[in-house]
Amino acid sequence: MTVALLLAATLAVACVIVVALPFLREPDPDKDVLDELDEDDRRRLERLETRDRALSALRELEFDHRTGTISDDDYREQIGPLRREAATALQALERDAPEQQEQSPDEKGRPTGGRI
Amino acid sequence: MPELGRAALVVTLGLSTYALVAGALAAHLGRRRLAQSAQNALIAAFFTTLIASGVLLAALVRHDFSFTYVARTTSEALPTGYTISAFWGGQEGSLLLWLLILTGFGAAAVRLNRSWARDLIVWVVPIFGAVAVFFSFLVVAVASPFATQAAPPDGAGMTPSLQNPYMLVHPPMLYLGYVGLTVPFAFALGALLSGRLDERWLIATRRWTLFAWTALGIGQLLGAHWAYVEVGWGGYYAWDPVENAALMPWLAATAFLHSVMIQEKRGMLRIWNVLLVILAFSLSLFGTFLTRSGVVNSIHSFTQSSIGPWFLAFIGVTVAMSLALVFWRLPRLRSPTKLESPISREAAFLYNNLLLLALCLAILWGVVYPMLSEAIRGEAVVLGRSYYDFFLRAFGLPLLLLMGIGPLIAWRRASLRSLLTTFRWPTFVALATGGVLLALGAGSSVPGLIAYTFSAFVGSTIVMEFARGTRARKALGAASWPGAFSSLMARNRRRYGGYVVHASIVLLAIGVAGSSAFDSVAEAKLTQGESLAIGGYTLVYRSLAERQSANATEIRATLGIRRGADDLGTLETGKNAYTIEQQVSNEVGIRSDKLTGEDLFVIAEQIDPDGSVYFRVFVKPLVNLIWLAGLVFLLGSVITLWPDRREQRRLVARASEVGLPATR
Repeated sequence: MTVALLLAATLAVACVIVVALPFLREPDPDKDVLDELDEDDRRRLERLETRDRALSALRELEFDHRTGTISDDDYREQIGPLRREAATALQALERDAPEQQEQSPDEKGRPTGGRI
Repeated sequence: MPELGRAALVVTLGLSTYALVAGALAAHLGRRRLAQSAQNALIAAFFTTLIASGVLLAALVRHDFSFTYVARTTSEALPTGYTISAFWGGQEGSLLLWLLILTGFGAAAVRLNRSWARDLIVWVVPIFGAVAVFFSFLVVAVASPFATQAAPPDGAGMTPSLQNPYMLVHPPMLYLGYVGLTVPFAFALGALLSGRLDERWLIATRRWTLFAWTALGIGQLLGAHWAYVEVGWGGYYAWDPVENAALMPWLAATAFLHSVMIQEKRGMLRIWNVLLVILAFSLSLFGTFLTRSGVVNSIHSFTQSSIGPWFLAFIGVTVAMSLALVFWRLPRLRSPTKLESPISREAAFLYNNLLLLALCLAILWGVVYPMLSEAIRGEAVVLGRSYYDFFLRAFGLPLLLLMGIGPLIAWRRASLRSLLTTFRWPTFVALATGGVLLALGAGSSVPGLIAYTFSAFVGSTIVMEFARGTRARKALGAASWPGAFSSLMARNRRRYGGYVVHASIVLLAIGVAGSSAFDSVAEAKLTQGESLAIGGYTLVYRSLAERQSANATEIRATLGIRRGADDLGTLETGKNAYTIEQQVSNEVGIRSDKLTGEDLFVIAEQIDPDGSVYFRVFVKPLVNLIWLAGLVFLLGSVITLWPDRREQRRLVARASEVGLPATR
């Protein structure tokens, strides 16, 4: 019983150390804020998702047409809108790009501290 | 060392509480070190639970009957394999297993995604923490596996029906499935709390959901096979509440796995997907509640306990808080895209979702109705097999058909003319199959005939898709046909792995229809030398013998089997009398025909002192396709789960464009 209690106490102490590790490693950091995406990056991420979705839909349509799963009629009806969607997504990203280049990461306020 | 086990669980409770509170504070206040600390607590909780599990396992293996749990679930004579399976054979141990898998999955999911989805993970940690607090509280304060007593000379032993090799795998698989559904739930709630409703929570959890769904599916099939060979009533699925408890979250997860494709491809159904994840997790909690609370009478429910109210309260809080979060985030969850046509792939997937959900809710109503009727009228009214069979046919058969239609329709909209062209051959194959089967006499069961016809339709669409895809890859420059086929699979594992899973469902449907709609049964009391005929077989009762195994007395009747003029050898069936447990179990005799998939299934219902035996005999056509379906299902799931390097590269490129680390 004594051995078990000793082991239990050691376990508890080890866990406290593991939990306190971030504070022990950096007792007085320059920055202690979460490294999060700012609004610009989040908007860009959404546009990247839209772009990837459109390109993936185009690829799938091409392959399905090649295999014969999608008929010529359906292919002709869909290829135009899908290409326009992909072009719009790419243009939106290109519009974002100059704005992003004008701002350095520090100016955008994104913390550069340790990662989570 | 029960003290060490108890202490480890108390530390787990402390760590989980810290992960919940510190994690929530860190996310709310935006504190980096506090968030790291909460993550460390969640990871440490896994190791402390592992220590507690090690203590219980050691006590089981050493037959330490000073542990009340060990004394209640095992005995000295119990073989080592079953002694280990007692870990999850009783309530306290199975709750500990839940906690072990939960903290393990939580720690792994956080570690794997902490760079790539770091702003999401800080909100995911407190959700895992909250679920872990509940389960660690249960094993610390309500149902501790480390309760002790003065050690009796021997334990009470294990319920005989649990002394089966399937029990070594079936419960852990189900638990991997139940608990695995916590991962998408935690990420969905993390996304709602943080407002990061981009695709990352879906990407981070896709494989976890698939893994949990696969484990739940395989776990159920193993359970069905266990019921078939061990319980000895002649079937594999009885619509028992505990069986339904595993089926419901699987159906909800199936719906999610389909509708998530619509969100990925078209950006639609974002609210629906979050609701499905919440439903699947809540049903997994409800399943554990049904199995472990003793609230229902079931062949699988081995316990009566006081954890029921705790579970109900936790399920209530989980559902209420999750729905409140969805309601709070409704404006941001609304999709910018709309359904363009009722004849499109997304519409077919939506119909599939509605049918899956309708089936799931019909089963849920069947499960809760006896409880509600008992609470209101003081008498439990059980909805019988006909209730479930009706809904299985009403929703399951259209689902089967949709499985063939959905993948072959174009996204957005499809013209009727192209539909007619696409489905010309599958329809011909289906109608021809139906016609031939009708001519062969399969019309005795209309649902069975429809199931076969639809299966032929779906099967032909799958074959067609593989053939067309392979031909296209060959035309695109693959050196050989096998090369074209493997290139096809490698380039779109999700799609073609999905088709393999669909093929397994077709096999399952054929197996279920064959064995339930076209089976035959005969029963008779025979003395030695007498015979019984059924479905072309003749069974001759030859002898009765008694032998002693490690923990039971085995009585076996030997029957000679003939089919026409062919001698098919002998079959043994009988009963086991377990000495310590003071229980008797049916031990069925099964002869499988590997060519036709048919089983001859014999139960010795009653063995009289004069040596005469009352036999019940079934012939179950195609039943072995159900177990084959399990293997095909596993193959399809593995193909789908296999890492896709091209997709990984695309995701990494996308993440790096917004300054996220190029690793997940």
